[in-house]
Amino acid sequence: MAGTVVNPTRMELTRLKNKLKTAQRGHKLLKDKRDELMKQFLDTVREVRTLRAQVEAELMRVHGSFTVASALMSGPALESALLCPKQGVDLDMTFQNVMSVNVPVYHYHTRSQSEGDIFPYGFAATSGELDDAVEALGQVFQNMLQLAQIEKTAQLLAEEIEKTRRRVNALEYVMIPQMQESIKYITMKLDENERSNTIRLMKVKDMLLQEALEEQRQRDAQALEAFRARTEQV
Amino acid sequence: MSYQIAVLGDRDSVLGFKALGLETFPADTVEEARTTLHRLAREKACAVIYLTESYAAQMEGDIARYKDELVPAIILIPGKEGSLGIGMANIKKAVERAVGADIL
Repeated sequence: MAGTVVNPTRMELTRLKNKLKTAQRGHKLLKDKRDELMKQFLDTVREVRTLRAQVEAELMRVHGSFTVASALMSGPALESALLCPKQGVDLDMTFQNVMSVNVPVYHYHTRSQSEGDIFPYGFAATSGELDDAVEALGQVFQNMLQLAQIEKTAQLLAEEIEKTRRRVNALEYVMIPQMQESIKYITMKLDENERSNTIRLMKVKDMLLQEALEEQRQRDAQALEAFRARTEQV
Repeated sequence: MSYQIAVLGDRDSVLGFKALGLETFPADTVEEARTTLHRLAREKACAVIYLTESYAAQMEGDIARYKDELVPAIILIPGKEGSLGIGMANIKKAVERAVGADIL
């Protein structure tokens, strides 16, 4: 494998094998996480699409009413009518954990005295169209908040899925093959060492035998020589 | 913790939201909208910022910066001129980002 050098030792082999096991486990877990995130994400996105279409249509209607109202009233009059809102909105945000992604959950409560009384102006000086517009806006607001919640959720999930997908791919296509390659390299190297060791031992044994044989032969020759000399004397 | 809801856009588009008690930030130019957006995001007092599409079209980079943050959520709404389809396109983009292709 290109670029990395591993020591072909047994210790390294054990280390790599453990690492590979962890990587494979992590890969499986991340893959599961990705699949589940994807499921949640697609559900959320479908919801976002329908809700967004609805909210956009409703808002367009509200804008239409406002346009009519602004045509019937003068600009400053319209502005002054809406200047001091009677109603206030407080937003509480809590978090929900979706597969280790924190997504916001919004709760809002209004500060008006009564539900129906949201008009911050007297009816005498304003046109009826404005009442319609404000009321319609009040109705669409809840959907708008819901949209904000799920659209943000979708964005955060998309980010997390992208990250998880990268990790899964990095493990699957880079880390794990690399480790397998290293393990293969080390096993082969160790086997090769083993074989060369055996051969060396055989060779040494051969040489020792050869030497012993030679020595034996020499001794035999000397003995023969001695024997022949003695017979000649006699 | 209690947050506010901001509406950012041209004067006519945000006017009505004031009646609901939301914080409205009328902006006459894109530059103004941009500085207001960054100020709101920095203060972190607003959990949700509704932004009209006509401004959002010219502030893509600024919006992308807060896409991965938990606060604020920048949600595009159609302005007075009508829907420009940017909000829908953003959903499509999110799907493409997550899945790699638009499968819906």
